[in-house]
Amino acid sequence: MATNIKESRRDFLKIAGTTAGGLLIGFNWFGCDSPKVEVLSTDEVLAQAKNFNAFLSIAPSGDVVIYSPNPELGQNIKTSFPMVVAEELDADWAKVRVLQANLDTEKYDRQLTGGSGAMPHSWERLRKAGAAAKFVLVAAAAETWGVSPEEIAVSEGVITHSASGKSGHFGEFVEKAASISIPDELALKDKKDFKIIGTPVKNVDAKEIYTGKSMYGLDFHREGMKYAMIQRAPFGMKVSKYDDSKARGVTGVSEVVQFGNSIAVVGTSTWPLMKAKKLLEIDYVPDGNVESTADHDRIFQELMSTGKAEVKRKDGNVAKAFQAAAQVVEAEYQCPFLAHSPMEPENFFAHIQGDRCELIGPTQTPDRARQTAAQILGIPPENVSVEITRLGGGFGRRLRADYVEEAVHVAKAIQAPVKIIWNREDELTGGAYRPAVRYKFSAALDENGSMIGYKLKGVGMNAGNTTRENNFPSGAIENVLIESISYDSSITTNAWRAPITNFLAYAEQSFLDEVALAAGKDPVDLRLELYEKAKNNPVGELGYDVDRMIAVTKAAAEKSNWGKNPGVKQGLSVYFSHRSYVAQVADIEMEGGSPTLKRITAVTDCGMVVNPIGANHQVRGGIVDGMGHAMYTNLTFENGVPKQKNYDSYRLIRMKEVPEINTHFLDSGFDPTGLGEPALPPTGGAIANAIFAATGRRLRSQPFIEQKEFSDIKLEIKRA
Amino acid sequence: MATFNLKINGQSKQVDVDEDTPLLWVLRDHLGLVGTKFSCGIAQCGSCTVHIDGTATFSCVTPVSSLEGTEITTIEGLSEKGDHPVQKAWEEIDVAQCGYCQAGQIMQAAAFLKENPSPSMEEIDDAMNRNICRCGTYHKIREAVALASKSN
Repeated sequence: MATNIKESRRDFLKIAGTTAGGLLIGFNWFGCDSPKVEVLSTDEVLAQAKNFNAFLSIAPSGDVVIYSPNPELGQNIKTSFPMVVAEELDADWAKVRVLQANLDTEKYDRQLTGGSGAMPHSWERLRKAGAAAKFVLVAAAAETWGVSPEEIAVSEGVITHSASGKSGHFGEFVEKAASISIPDELALKDKKDFKIIGTPVKNVDAKEIYTGKSMYGLDFHREGMKYAMIQRAPFGMKVSKYDDSKARGVTGVSEVVQFGNSIAVVGTSTWPLMKAKKLLEIDYVPDGNVESTADHDRIFQELMSTGKAEVKRKDGNVAKAFQAAAQVVEAEYQCPFLAHSPMEPENFFAHIQGDRCELIGPTQTPDRARQTAAQILGIPPENVSVEITRLGGGFGRRLRADYVEEAVHVAKAIQAPVKIIWNREDELTGGAYRPAVRYKFSAALDENGSMIGYKLKGVGMNAGNTTRENNFPSGAIENVLIESISYDSSITTNAWRAPITNFLAYAEQSFLDEVALAAGKDPVDLRLELYEKAKNNPVGELGYDVDRMIAVTKAAAEKSNWGKNPGVKQGLSVYFSHRSYVAQVADIEMEGGSPTLKRITAVTDCGMVVNPIGANHQVRGGIVDGMGHAMYTNLTFENGVPKQKNYDSYRLIRMKEVPEINTHFLDSGFDPTGLGEPALPPTGGAIANAIFAATGRRLRSQPFIEQKEFSDIKLEIKRA
Repeated sequence: MATFNLKINGQSKQVDVDEDTPLLWVLRDHLGLVGTKFSCGIAQCGSCTVHIDGTATFSCVTPVSSLEGTEITTIEGLSEKGDHPVQKAWEEIDVAQCGYCQAGQIMQAAAFLKENPSPSMEEIDDAMNRNICRCGTYHKIREAVALASKSN
């Protein structure tokens, strides 16, 4: 496969020699139109590579350093990105070292973690980077040996010309390679020749993680830096006055500073600040709507019946279809707000010196961190550097830069380097939640039980578009109306792993189960019937690939022995999100008189699987995440403050609550798509549908354990 | 403020802190041992698990004043070369996603296996139920504890 490396001005490869004799290959996104050689000034290969922000560097020793530009938060990008580069390079993986790159918007594109988009975005670019390096190394070897490059083979970092018996490792040719131009056309490997991609490669940071090395933002320390903790105002309130005399009296507290409606206690270590923060006496007054969960419930009811909705999709004539219906099925579903709750609480280091600002910490959007700091300080963005630490989870929380903003404000106020630290209470009460949403579904069925009309109306609290209007079942039904209302709540919201679909999928897939029951159809058959319609007579725009929906659904039915064992009550859920297709079946068996959730079978089509270990991790982790929040987790408000302030009341799923999870991946032949999110959305629906099959109880709200329909079910969870 | 003499990872350490300071913050802020993690601060999640005289203990709620005369072991001191059977099993199974909770998980598992070298899967579940992993690596944690128990 040949590919043009000069596809656009923002996308070409760049090569540089180093004064230490090494080779650097990187992309340049904003520079001139042709690759050029650049000799850098510093001495040390690694330092130069870091400066250059290369995708890879090769030292004269043959050691390969590959840079991972995107923040690593557990999605395994720091392992899977370099695998792709090393594959095309034909490197010896044992000789590859991986380093986290710092923010550099000039050299890297889309340097963020979100939307399960890194791999689909970078797949081609990473391959080209590896292929370019291999090309110049082979050309250098060919020139050295006086042979034709076509006669040269590369394997595991060794370049060989078998006819002459000559061979050497990469390092021997890097100096010469640095003077060779990268051609416009580069040959990429045939996928069937892949040796690294598709094989189980372990986490490159494993050793550091398991021995407690400093890696995360919260671990960062610099001599002389201060610590700060911040008290924020309840939602819809502002500070009227405060008394900090008791807080200041705590030994170890050096300053108390206010910015906006936040008050920061500053000191030389964390514990005194935790005590001092509790001693702040702050009076708040309303500054907008001071909301409670009861208000949200009322607002949902009102807006669902009388609110003015935005029409997101309209096919055919829904009113007519519902008039003509032999049967109408209707149901409403609701989910609560949720916090992201990454294990590592928010934190960031900021150091302002003159018109420059240094930022270090965990962020999914380093460029947003930079822009935020630049704006607050009134300095050019290029004067702000961002070092990306490993992230102790993200789930969308660290897409926001609110805590970076705080670090900059405090650093500015105290004129000293500072690391701000949130505790768990801050994290659960500090905002940026998955929005609470309510949906109303209606289906019109004809006398054969076929869906002739479908309506979906979503009401969300600061949720934006609560629907995914071009997702299934749109396209499969003649008459469709999809509407959305976003209520302007004072509770701040943010993308939360698989935004919107993390609940929409559960509601929709549960509703389809209700439709199947009403239509007297098997849930698998109902879906296959709809897919066939979408495939053969599509209505309007389809945001999904019907064949891939069919394939995962059929495979999930097969792998789960769908309907084959009358003793096993099953729930199906199939969802397309973030470019990937995932079907899940939950199995409930009666054991000792109790319905027992035994296993979840998942079939995923995410295109080619780059790393089976990472892929399994993401699918199982997504299912555990989806299950935990559907089953147990709730965040409710009283006068603008969450009632659940820590893990004693904000319940997360634990070891004993996870069933067996069997994962399967379909080889669909597509390039890899993202996997950080797509396995989560279907899970709630699979479990709810299995619970219905086993008990006849339909769970239309989350978390399940707080629903009255669930109160006497006594669901057990057991692994084999 | 008072002076406390602690034995951490076999070494004697002296710190001047308030007596209610949790061990977690003594380790992290005063001794630079940041492998022990802060997450909930109320003994709910296990990220801060260390060994006090061999027993898995939540360091976030353990005041420094209660620790004189005890042997404290943190993730940094679990083994010299990171080759404790539990650490090796964690590597072999490739447990971590974000990795933040894993030091606490490893310390929990190591103390548990010392007490119960050949546990059943149910006993593993019971022991490890004290620690939260937000990424949901529970299956692998379970597998790794089982593997470590076999290599004991």
